[in-house]
Amino acid sequence: MNPVARSPLLELRGITKRFGAAQALSGVDLDVFAGEVLALVGDNGAGKSTLVKTIAGIFPPEGGEMRFGGVPIALRGPRDATRLGIATVYQDLALCDNLDVVANLFLGREERATPSRMLDEEAMEKRALAVLHVLNVKLPSVRAAMGGLSGGQRQSVAVARALMGEAKLVMLDEPTAALGVVQTTQVLELILRLKQQGLAVIVISHNLADVFRVADRIVVLRQGRLVGDFETHATARETVVGRITGADAGATPGIA
Amino acid sequence: MTVSAPDPVHPPSARLRPASIARRLRGVEAGPLPVLLGLVLLWSFFAWQNEHFLSARNLTNLVLQIAAMGTMSVGIVLVLLLGEIDLSVGAVSGLGAAVMAVLDVQRGLGPGPSILAGVATGASIGLFQGFWFTRFRVPSFVVTLAGLLAWQGALLRVLGSTGTLNIYDPAIDGLTGIFLPPWLGWVFGAACVGIAVSGMAGLARRRARAGLSPLPKRALVWPIAVVAVLVPAVVALLNDDRGVPMALLLLLAFVAGFDGMIRRTRFGRHILAVGGNAEAARRSGIRADAVRVVVFGLSGALAACGGILAASRLLAVNQSSGGGEVLLDAIAAAVIGGTSLFGGRGTVWSALTGALVIGSISNGMDLLALPSSEKFMVTGAALLLAVTIDALAREGRPSRG
Repeated sequence: MNPVARSPLLELRGITKRFGAAQALSGVDLDVFAGEVLALVGDNGAGKSTLVKTIAGIFPPEGGEMRFGGVPIALRGPRDATRLGIATVYQDLALCDNLDVVANLFLGREERATPSRMLDEEAMEKRALAVLHVLNVKLPSVRAAMGGLSGGQRQSVAVARALMGEAKLVMLDEPTAALGVVQTTQVLELILRLKQQGLAVIVISHNLADVFRVADRIVVLRQGRLVGDFETHATARETVVGRITGADAGATPGIA
Repeated sequence: MTVSAPDPVHPPSARLRPASIARRLRGVEAGPLPVLLGLVLLWSFFAWQNEHFLSARNLTNLVLQIAAMGTMSVGIVLVLLLGEIDLSVGAVSGLGAAVMAVLDVQRGLGPGPSILAGVATGASIGLFQGFWFTRFRVPSFVVTLAGLLAWQGALLRVLGSTGTLNIYDPAIDGLTGIFLPPWLGWVFGAACVGIAVSGMAGLARRRARAGLSPLPKRALVWPIAVVAVLVPAVVALLNDDRGVPMALLLLLAFVAGFDGMIRRTRFGRHILAVGGNAEAARRSGIRADAVRVVVFGLSGALAACGGILAASRLLAVNQSSGGGEVLLDAIAAAVIGGTSLFGGRGTVWSALTGALVIGSISNGMDLLALPSSEKFMVTGAALLLAVTIDALAREGRPSRG
């Protein structure tokens, strides 16, 4: 599947999850590699969000096996995932509009000066500037209140926050859904920068134009099953659309 | 376009156009400017109407009048920053003072332990209410409303059949009756200026050492200038009468201390985060409910402190202690000072500035011999104005770009 022969960062084997009578995920196998952008596409209710939330530790899977960095893992909650280096940026971003950018980046892991135990604003600001610089995120000021920033800037800060915790895998849920053209471009470039940093990136998106711009691989979910796994550069858009809608029901997933 | 493209929302060329300035002002924190402007207007009006308003004696009285309200209001600010409300602070202030008075006057426990017990009563009540509202998801409004009734009953029970306890203990009466000798007042004033200068210098030094861009000069000089002008003026004025009152030192200690807690500690940051976006705070690993319980405990403790100051000034605790407009004044002060009712926005200093506004209205209208009816109406108008400014600022504030 991946052109470079190496071991995947995240391996899913036969992941299964049901909600009552509804089978949300049935037997999903997926490998995610460091330094690649993987797009997760599918119609509403195909299981994209459920899969992401399973990887994020919010929904424990009922069946199947997960390995991270080659080690079998059992996530009991989101904190377990965060500790491993799995960061998730949800659509609502979960930012505090009343706090400034630095405070948001360090929310819940504020740095303190010794011996005063007071917040070390200077150290936090310095690290914030460094991370934003690496991601090439431009903001009016890191001391600006979050509420005054544009949608693209907010998305960028939410992604940068994921990196503060030394993430290895970043998952983005519809990162461009609410954005205009310019801001979408900014966020897509940010995604490429995460990849350049050697991170694995999983992007949920409805927008195939965006997907084809950033993704190395496109994985299609339909009715809880993985029905397509394509190398982006060797795939036509129609093929992916066909697989999403089921018009072209690929019997053998993985064949592009 | 690349990510480094100019920000389309605030293109540099649009920065100075009037429409853009207006838009920016609408979204900006109202800050302390409206309340300070209001204070200047109030003081000018009362000074024009009555020559005694700005006298040393009257302003000293004003300070003594607002000490209790300001202290309780600090607790209200903390609760408002969470986006909650505590309606029990009036009743808790009365009960805390009554517990202190009973232990000191009737049981002879001495001033120190009695005061501690009064404050501990308030803290326990606050913790209990905080626990109840977080555990059972009952709105804080209702839990503390129930508290308002219940603790008023407890106050009557504690005071017993006489209904009034006079406090003769010089240590307790001294909380609002002691004044610093003039030289000590000046030492205090010099210390304030020294703290302002060293604080700002330290800030600049730490930023320089971390290699961060220096703050603009005015951001460093303004606070020092304000303190260097205001504090000596206040000390000189108070020394002209009886001296700097102990009660002012206590109030300033509460305000400055809790302001430091909000702005400089991890706990304070978590209070602002929970008030700003509780879900975001929770997902960041902040234990939002624990933060809430502790803040309600602090609110209860500060309410008791305010009640003790009020009892010290009245030299007694009675059945109406903490009743009447005590609760509403404390909440109104926090809001008039500029702390938002919607959570996450405001400063502890608004307890002081808001209490000054309400105290000035009350004091000035007393001097003009106006009846209580008009006093209440003017205070109500001031509160309405302050809440409207808050609501307008909130409406104009862009929550999404």
